[in-house]
Amino acid sequence: MNVIVERERPLAELEERIAALRARGTQTAADRSALDDDVRMLEENYRGLLRDLFGNLGAWERVNMARHPKRPIASDYLAAFDQFDELHGDRQFRDDPALVGGFAKLRGRRVMVLAQQKGRDTRENIKRNFGMVSPEGYRKATRLMRLADRFGLPIVTFVDTSGADPGVASEEHGQAEAIASALMALTKVCVPVVASIIGEGGSGGALAIALADRVIMAENAVYSVASPEGCAAILWGDAARAPEAAERLKLTSADLLQFDIVDEVVPEPLGGAHRDAVAFIERLLDAVDLSLRDLERLPAGDLRERRFSKFRRIGRWQEAHVPRVVAVP
Amino acid sequence: MPMPDWLSRLRERDVPAQDAALWIKCPSCGEMLYRKDLAANLSVCSKCQYHFRMSAYDRINSLVDDDFVEIGNEIVPGDPLEWIDKRSYREKLDGDRAKSNLSEAVVTGFGTLDGFAVALGVMDFSFRGGTMGTVVGERIAHLLEEARERRLPCVIFTASGGARMEEGMLALMQMAKTTQAVERFTSAGNLYVSVLTDPTTGGVSASFAFQSDVIIAEARASIGFAGRRVIEQTVRQRLPDNFQTAEFLLERGQIDLVVTRAALRDTLVRILDYAIDRRRTAPLLKAVPEFAF
Ligand SMILES: [Zn+2]
Repeated sequence: MNVIVERERPLAELEERIAALRARGTQTAADRSALDDDVRMLEENYRGLLRDLFGNLGAWERVNMARHPKRPIASDYLAAFDQFDELHGDRQFRDDPALVGGFAKLRGRRVMVLAQQKGRDTRENIKRNFGMVSPEGYRKATRLMRLADRFGLPIVTFVDTSGADPGVASEEHGQAEAIASALMALTKVCVPVVASIIGEGGSGGALAIALADRVIMAENAVYSVASPEGCAAILWGDAARAPEAAERLKLTSADLLQFDIVDEVVPEPLGGAHRDAVAFIERLLDAVDLSLRDLERLPAGDLRERRFSKFRRIGRWQEAHVPRVVAVP
Repeated sequence: MPMPDWLSRLRERDVPAQDAALWIKCPSCGEMLYRKDLAANLSVCSKCQYHFRMSAYDRINSLVDDDFVEIGNEIVPGDPLEWIDKRSYREKLDGDRAKSNLSEAVVTGFGTLDGFAVALGVMDFSFRGGTMGTVVGERIAHLLEEARERRLPCVIFTASGGARMEEGMLALMQMAKTTQAVERFTSAGNLYVSVLTDPTTGGVSASFAFQSDVIIAEARASIGFAGRRVIEQTVRQRLPDNFQTAEFLLERGQIDLVVTRAALRDTLVRILDYAIDRRRTAPLLKAVPEFAF
């Protein structure tokens, strides 16, 4: 059960009461003003409750926020583009509905968009494989990255996956090679790449479309080396200890900003992006737009060089004094 | 010799004179194998050809002519997440250092293979399950950069359980770092050969293991992206025995060659011989003079 959905229950009750009160007809001006006072009081309570419930979210709560059934998904962002023409297929085997891609226009700018697509309901989730991409999806992405590069189209990606598909067929079709090649393609392109982590950023399957010049993250999105459940199962043999693992993994936007893994965090409305989805999507797309504007100003040759230095620097290690042992026969 | 003397002395002293120290049971056929015979046979069971996992220094020993210069060993792990589960990350690292005599999960350096000077990276599963944290990423990238500068071919042996959890996202990002290093190295016209050994999975298989010019796998090695147990839980069925084996991948067109350990060195030399003009190879210490002393 999603802990955020659970926590939203008392809010829903209050929302209903406010709506009922508002809908009530009144006879006199005095009644009207008394009713308004009541509504105001309830709304004040509501805001207080929101702050109490969501004012200070821990890592596990953010994991649940990222998985919230009402959270905006890739198609919601795509709908806010000026236009989008989807392109299908890896040209080898299959079209993977978990990875959507194609030509698009964002705020008048021509781009190539790639997105991991979860479903809104069970039926769509089965069709989309819950946003878990298969090798065919990564190969489609690689094909579209190269196409974007040929025509100078910036690449805009949306990351929202619990991880790459772990099925038998995916292994048979070379999941590792497909991800490795997508990473290689993003390394080679000379166009700006902007990635947005909008929900779950699950491991290598997420990074495959996020080796970007600029990585933007929604405040309550998570981006992790392993799923908290998987991590807990490996460490303690107990997936139920996922909340503890989530804290340890440093997977929140604030953590990742600190480690220079994320460049920018887009704040969400109190209680999560789904509480004001339209405004939040606009805000995130504004951030994408601004990033593209900055990146486009750079001389074309600098982009790859900057992308290289950005990732070359990531990591923390120590330097030991090692006497050089050279044995020459 | 690749293994410093003090290191081999340490190993011999650690071995108590018990049966278990002299004999080891083959997990595949059950044969009791005399450890010294096993070592002499490149850690391959003489009865059933089961390939035991090999330590990085034993592997290097089995390949190079006689010279190996280790680089990048000054790069050692920190504890960026201040990680604690049952034990702290620092304790885990100390434990692995003691039991494996390694400073991290990969050894990198220069050596010669039948006269060909090469950059060599060898991962070792006995250190944190060969997982890739910052140091593995950093050493691999460093190796490729040093090799690129010298225009030397690079051979990397992989053995990995994937990205290292205890370094969180900093570990995952090493996939990006190593990919970029491979790109710079190969697009400068240099040969990169990867040798996938048992097991090669996760973030390592989805980055530099599968980005090489020629992909060799050691016989019967387990290779894939997701772990076998994860897949079994997902599909809720037992997987066929050959699933994710080197031979399975060869059949499905994922790799170039499956080679037994006994034939590995010759195979590498033959490939180097096709890609590199032997007349142009310099003796190792001429190729890497600044590492000489
Ligand atoms: Zn045997």
